[in-house]
Amino acid sequence: MSAAASRRGWDVPAELDKDPATIPDPATTPVPQDLRRDIESHMASYPDTRSAALPALEAAQRVHGWCSPEAIDQVACVMRVTPASLDAVATFYDMLETEPVGEHSVYVCTNISCSLRGADELYAAIREAAGEDRAFNVRAFECLGACDIAPMASVDGVYVGPLTTEDVPQLLDDIRAGADVLADKQLVRRACADPQAST
Amino acid sequence: MTLLFDRIDEPGLNTLAVYESRGGYQSLRKALQMTPEDVLNELEASGLRGRGGAGFAMGKKVSFLPHGSIEKYLVCNADESEPGTFKDRELMQKAPHMLIEGLIIASYAAGTTRSFIYIRGEYVQQADILDAALAEAHEAGFLGERILGSEHTLSLVVHRGAGAYICGEETGLLDSLEGKRGNPRLKPPFPANQGLYQGPTLINNVETLSTVPAIIRMSGAEYAKLGTETSTGTKIVSVSGHVQRPGNYEIELGVPSREIIYDLAGGPPDGRTIKCWFPGGSSAPVLTGEDLDVPYDFDSLAKAGSMLGSGAIIVVDDSTPILDVAMKVAKFYRHESCGKCTPCREGTSWTVTMLERIDRGQATPMDLEIMASVQDHIIGHCLCVLGDAMAMPIGSMIVKFRDEFEAHIESRRLQALQPIEAVA
Repeated sequence: MSAAASRRGWDVPAELDKDPATIPDPATTPVPQDLRRDIESHMASYPDTRSAALPALEAAQRVHGWCSPEAIDQVACVMRVTPASLDAVATFYDMLETEPVGEHSVYVCTNISCSLRGADELYAAIREAAGEDRAFNVRAFECLGACDIAPMASVDGVYVGPLTTEDVPQLLDDIRAGADVLADKQLVRRACADPQAST
Repeated sequence: MTLLFDRIDEPGLNTLAVYESRGGYQSLRKALQMTPEDVLNELEASGLRGRGGAGFAMGKKVSFLPHGSIEKYLVCNADESEPGTFKDRELMQKAPHMLIEGLIIASYAAGTTRSFIYIRGEYVQQADILDAALAEAHEAGFLGERILGSEHTLSLVVHRGAGAYICGEETGLLDSLEGKRGNPRLKPPFPANQGLYQGPTLINNVETLSTVPAIIRMSGAEYAKLGTETSTGTKIVSVSGHVQRPGNYEIELGVPSREIIYDLAGGPPDGRTIKCWFPGGSSAPVLTGEDLDVPYDFDSLAKAGSMLGSGAIIVVDDSTPILDVAMKVAKFYRHESCGKCTPCREGTSWTVTMLERIDRGQATPMDLEIMASVQDHIIGHCLCVLGDAMAMPIGSMIVKFRDEFEAHIESRRLQALQPIEAVA
């Protein structure tokens, strides 16, 4: 579990001497134009605009790098809800970051199927190779739904596997270079395992 | 027998042109010529049981929705998060239109006018593919107002989650879709009566809905001839862990489990034997190498003391200590418990603590009794089954691998007794 994940939810004490924040005032809460448009289009997709909380927070996270107090205020301002209601949402979901993190997410699946095939060693190797480099947000993740390519990782949403510890330098180099990550190991290029599927 | 995986790797199948060129959306045209009641009758006749985990009859679920002009919702559960399960991912990525077609047909039978696909946030590429397919389907008049000139209207939104196993639980999913924390709700009321935005809601898994076009094409009665009497049709099984060819395989329900694990997936690596296997994701009680001849269907697996669940077989061979398996499973459920119900929140946490005690050499055989009783106190005592999903496999491991647990306790205890020599 990452440091951020360990300080989530009910582990964070409430600041009882403060009044709850109200819905941010649009006059004093500047929101980037693109982000506002993005959030408003999500709000329009649902019968109840509050359903847009997750896509809106994800959009804000893409802009700010994490769900910072500023990001939450901006979403709250556009959605006309309190920051606390969004904070409650952001702390619940693994993919919403409530602490500053590295730019590129590297989720390493360490659940049962992947760990049976060496995921814990892989995770340790990626952690070590990435070190303190702020380019990376390396996290051990629960089952990512790709046990057919175990052990695997999701790099900014791109699934790669099966990985060995020898793939780690190339993996990180590809991310740094902004290149297609381990192109020959990407899940989307794999054929179905079922021999009947192709006949 | 391939219904869902039929030429699934055909290049461009994710596009409307290729999907239509091989008969795609013909089932929708056929269904729209029928009355919604007749479509529902076909679904009921097919005997199709939900492919997400619970195995509830799909047609019956549709029939539970109230009639009338009330706003009703259809939600496709694409929050595939059960450890070991990756079938919906392959279906959505390669045949998104099959899901969309099935969803439209189901919405017609249920009389729903708004629909959502709740896809887990980690499936970024699959969600992008679905969004593109949805735009194509909309453009072609399969979605929107008065579909193909009929009276049926349907909107569809792909909603991306953000990483939470509990959102695969149907009421947790609904809260999440409403923009809240994904806490499960008290049932009843069931979603069919009071679900999304308090309206009647039908919730179906990706594979379930993807099967619907085939049922309409071949008729419910023909579909019911596949598989066994109470587990009809084909099923995609995700096989992973210690097997030589992990992957998704489409099988006819009722084949011996051995065939799936050995013939299709290649069995464990040479020289190894199967210690245990989860037949239906990590929530299913484990079976052992002696249970390999159990037919792979809902009722046979239930009779064997486990469940088909999401159709995910995880194989563990004799090279892995059972404690490691139990630890992985327990830690997962501890992490994913939403914390709403005490037996689950505390039970998952204490189970991990007790397993760690065993590993540190601080446990006694009595701890196994306590751990087993914790599992008993979780089952059936929470709003949802997340706690049960840990208690069932852990409970089964304590029963079936008691000797190994006891040996582990004893050997670790002896190690812990000699710390100074160990350092020297």
